[in-house]
Amino acid sequence: MAVTIPLPPLIEESVPVSTDNTTTTGTARVKRGMADMLKGGVIMDVVTPEQAKIAEDAGAVAVMALERVPADIRAEGGVSRMSDPDMIDGIVGAVSIPVMAKARIGHFVEAQVLQSLGVDYIDESEVLTPADEVNHIDKWPFTVPFVCGATNLGEALRRISEGAAMIRSKGEPGTGNVVEATRHMRQIRADIKRLSTYDEAELYAAAKELRAPYELVAEIAESGSLPVVLFTAGGIATPADAAMMMQLGAEGVFVGSGIFKSGDPAKRAAAIVQATTFHDDPDVVAKVSRGLGEAMVGINVTTMPDSERMATRGW
Amino acid sequence: MDLTIGVLALQGDFREHLLALAELGVLARPVRRVEELDTVHALVVPGGESTAISKLAVDFGLAGPIRERIAAGMPAYGSCAGMIMLGAEVLDGRPDQVTFGGVDMVVRRNAFGRQIDSFETDVELDGIGEFRTVFIRAPWAETVGPDVEVIGRIKGGRADGRIVAVRQGRVMATAFHPEVTGDLRVHQTFVDLARGYLDQ
Repeated sequence: MAVTIPLPPLIEESVPVSTDNTTTTGTARVKRGMADMLKGGVIMDVVTPEQAKIAEDAGAVAVMALERVPADIRAEGGVSRMSDPDMIDGIVGAVSIPVMAKARIGHFVEAQVLQSLGVDYIDESEVLTPADEVNHIDKWPFTVPFVCGATNLGEALRRISEGAAMIRSKGEPGTGNVVEATRHMRQIRADIKRLSTYDEAELYAAAKELRAPYELVAEIAESGSLPVVLFTAGGIATPADAAMMMQLGAEGVFVGSGIFKSGDPAKRAAAIVQATTFHDDPDVVAKVSRGLGEAMVGINVTTMPDSERMATRGW
Repeated sequence: MDLTIGVLALQGDFREHLLALAELGVLARPVRRVEELDTVHALVVPGGESTAISKLAVDFGLAGPIRERIAAGMPAYGSCAGMIMLGAEVLDGRPDQVTFGGVDMVVRRNAFGRQIDSFETDVELDGIGEFRTVFIRAPWAETVGPDVEVIGRIKGGRADGRIVAVRQGRVMATAFHPEVTGDLRVHQTFVDLARGYLDQ
């Protein structure tokens, strides 16, 4: 017997969460629109309210609350989880900009808790220890929007079809090494470009190859871009790193360990914000790159064993 | 002379505004520098994070020149964060947050709540008609001065009667984002307004 698996709805009309006359929250337009407002900005990892304040002072468009920054997760090992709710409350209370928080891949209850705490965006993140090795979170029923990592277009589309309202490259977090983010940004862009050269018949094969819904694949072939905002993340440590990612097509930047593992976090954070806005102006990038003190030490990704890589978490 | 509208491109959804204006056949260009501001007849301040836009505008020396141009009569339109930037005073903002002025109003930031409270609704806009509006961590105008024309208010619910669209002379502001809806009527109204002053 043939089984038809219904595709998740892609347009906002079909996913109302609560309705009060004509007023609707949690629509795809409201979720994806929130990511639009973050564009051209920098989202910074913070583990305490004090760090969140430094990030806001520096011009961050949002902060990302997590238990430990990726560099410490690497150093200390163990299972990495959602932040303590008290810590998230503290961060929410400390700043007026949006607060994002990380949940483990597949851990839908962490996501429910984060939504109940009132965070503005959830990152279903490979930086934390995955809670489900088969399923990502079904993100459609949530009112709060989700961002997810991807290494290529197929992965991005699978996340979007599960309800992600924003995509970021995975990169290799906690390394201070931008090489993997570069690879992922170039890969996603190349995959999109290739799709736009395909004819109708080839798109069916492409959908199969990308393991993504045909409708989404056809939409991207037509539009030449993702239907959601694309940020970069994973290993960004300098203003020049951020500017390079923007020139490679990122619409904004996540910085994790790069800021608070450096010599002068406040100054570096402000410099990365400025370099992101003026990413195509080398004079500005040069100017803001001066006198930042020590960058995070960093890890050479090419000599890193596969078991230590975070980018391979999720699928 | 052809009308050229600048879109402040420091942070936020400036590309959506550029696209909306291009669709209306208007020459639109991003503005990040004072020299670029000098080449435009009118300015759109996009949605985004008002604290980040404020800081970048100060850091790169744009805040003063934009304020002076608006005071001297440059037409301007702002959506969401742009509405905050065009107000006289900000509530629930950062102490170091600046605005460009233009509309005699006090704007409350994140007035409707956090992202989970963000919503779509229909708003009746004076001179435009019913409009499907998208509010994202949106502000509202808490109070407006006697010379401010209120164009739209929230109807029903907890925020019943709150002011979400205004105009004062050459400056318009909306708490919602017409640029993400594909409905170009608000942009058209602003283009007509800017064009009117260009011909004078």
